[in-house]
Amino acid sequence: MNIKVLLSSALLLISTSSTAETVFVSLEKDNAIAVVDPIAGKLIKTVNIGQRPRGIKLSPDAQTLYIAVSDDDTVLEVDANTLSVIGKLPSGEDPETFAINSLGTRMYVSNEDDNQVTVIDLQSKQAVATVAVGVEPEGIAVSPDNQWIVSASETTNMVHWIDAKTHEIKANTLVDPRPRALSFSADGQQLWVTSEINGSLMVIDVATKEITQRIHFAVPGVGKEKIQPVGVVVDDIHQWAYVALGPANRVAVVNAQTYKVEKYLLVGARVWNLAFSPDQQRLYTTNGVSHDISIIDLAEHKVTKSIAVGRYPWGLAVKP
Amino acid sequence: MPTRLFSFFILILSLVCSTQVPASDHQDIKIAYITQEQQVPALEPFVADKGLQGALLGLKDSNTTGQFTDQNYLLEQVIVPIGGDVKAAFTELLTQGVQLIVVNLAAAQLEQLDQINKNQALLFDVATRTDAFRHKQCLSNVLHLLPSRAMRADALAQYMLKKRWNRWFLVQGNTPEDALYAQAIKRSAKRFGMKIVAEKKWLHTYDARRTAQSDIPVFTQVDDYDVLIVADEQGLFGEYISYRTWLPRPVIGTQGLVATAWHRTHEQWGAVQIQNRFKAMASRQMQEQDYAAYLAVRAIGEAVTRTRAMDAVSIKAYLLSADFKLQGYKGRPLSFRSWNGQLRQPVLLAAPTSLVTAAPLEGFLHPNNELDSLGYDQPETQCQ
Repeated sequence: MNIKVLLSSALLLISTSSTAETVFVSLEKDNAIAVVDPIAGKLIKTVNIGQRPRGIKLSPDAQTLYIAVSDDDTVLEVDANTLSVIGKLPSGEDPETFAINSLGTRMYVSNEDDNQVTVIDLQSKQAVATVAVGVEPEGIAVSPDNQWIVSASETTNMVHWIDAKTHEIKANTLVDPRPRALSFSADGQQLWVTSEINGSLMVIDVATKEITQRIHFAVPGVGKEKIQPVGVVVDDIHQWAYVALGPANRVAVVNAQTYKVEKYLLVGARVWNLAFSPDQQRLYTTNGVSHDISIIDLAEHKVTKSIAVGRYPWGLAVKP
Repeated sequence: MPTRLFSFFILILSLVCSTQVPASDHQDIKIAYITQEQQVPALEPFVADKGLQGALLGLKDSNTTGQFTDQNYLLEQVIVPIGGDVKAAFTELLTQGVQLIVVNLAAAQLEQLDQINKNQALLFDVATRTDAFRHKQCLSNVLHLLPSRAMRADALAQYMLKKRWNRWFLVQGNTPEDALYAQAIKRSAKRFGMKIVAEKKWLHTYDARRTAQSDIPVFTQVDDYDVLIVADEQGLFGEYISYRTWLPRPVIGTQGLVATAWHRTHEQWGAVQIQNRFKAMASRQMQEQDYAAYLAVRAIGEAVTRTRAMDAVSIKAYLLSADFKLQGYKGRPLSFRSWNGQLRQPVLLAAPTSLVTAAPLEGFLHPNNELDSLGYDQPETQCQ
């Protein structure tokens, strides 16, 4: 297996070509977004955006940046080139996390206080439906084929499978306590879910909606109660998954084939959310308490740099 | 590759049970909530439904979950008036066959109910902090949701140790509860190697006009100490001590910096969400007993959701198992100590309008679970 790892790492290295890209980071306490050039390793500027920005995502064409400004009760539509606000979306109260389908036509917002998911049509900018889910919905994702919207409720401890056409819940999967983030594999066959309270990572088979793998973490010298998994991403070739371990200050590197934890990478304090570079050569992390982002070289699985960005970096989006 | 040796992992293949929630038979889960009206001490604001509102929020959250599992939770409220017969009301619940009962009653009453119960129903104690129930005189079918006095004293002691407030001046009130609190403080002093350099009983009047300005400076003239610990559970004189001591010293204990299961200023670990939900429902702040009753109903909900059992024996077995991990908005999974039914939980240290910290503090280690650094640990308990 180690040989396989080395080989694929080598392959990845050969295919690498660094292109300019921009990382946008929402800064919860600065009411701003940070604009970072990760290749140069520099913070370019900080732009005031609205009250308590958290969830941040790019449209599939990378031209529009969506930012949930929780205390303004809206999701902002921002021109990704000029960073000027184009519009405001009717997200419902206190929006934190949201997902966009691959066509860029629909947005799904978790309304934590109202136990619902709001469906927004991105062309008309109207809320077209609300779906009642469990207590404190947080993590949300759309399957790559746009068939499923999955919503994780933190207190009900379930993943709800919402049919994207009818907006009806078709199935519920009971998961470990306080599920936080969820992420589909690129082929749409697996859903990876983190449990903050159990310190676990679950892999759910999308066809059967059953948990097929449960992975636990143990970092030498770090108490197990500090291991609180939050963000999770799986690479496109389904070789590696990466999990942010919160106050354990580490990103776990999980072999997506064998489900073994191969390595723990020390990043900043309370690592929260993760995003790949467009070529998946790098992984960016927001470190909430140390007020910086870390850059991980994925060919080497090494942390190469950390960049101070501002107070309480929450989420990030990467523009090619 | 030496780096691979750093990898530690546990992989558990799930082969036990199905996790997808199946379409199955409808279940009605009946929970009872029993309390008695009481007179409150003069300094405390009167809250008529302390505890009950927490149970109702727990019920609401459980029913939101229940809509996906076809499980419906019902709460039967039994509120016995002052002077009413609590034992008769409880016996009536047992006769009805109620298996799960949230009990918001004083220690002596809980003890009586435990004797009547004879292990029929599973009781969730959301009121007592009595160390005896967790240490010597354990009640067999009772789970305790609030931290005991020993847990609270240990939480404060950890903080005082961290601050190097090693020399304590203990001031104790006149009630039996104050004596129990003082006992817990002495136990903690011994446990953490602290020194009680002075100890006094407050025997003066409770009239603020006299006590506050004149008596307290005189009363607090003892040998030098780092911190004054007050044991006044009813709040009869403790509030007068701060800012009036002979030497300028912090006040900690039942007043000043207090140890509590819940506090209105607590916002971390998702607590804002439940504080908001509670306020929207009850039109007031959530108090300790509300938090305890919320957790009691949520613990039942978790057990029912995951086992589909509704009887006291199965629910108890699940709640005491290693599988049970309850999210309690305090950053660590909550569970029950198998040896005395005490809910393991962080204890908040709070001043009236600010949260100071949460115990266990960093560095207080334990071989099994750091939460067990608070209160009676397994080797200390005489319960089976």
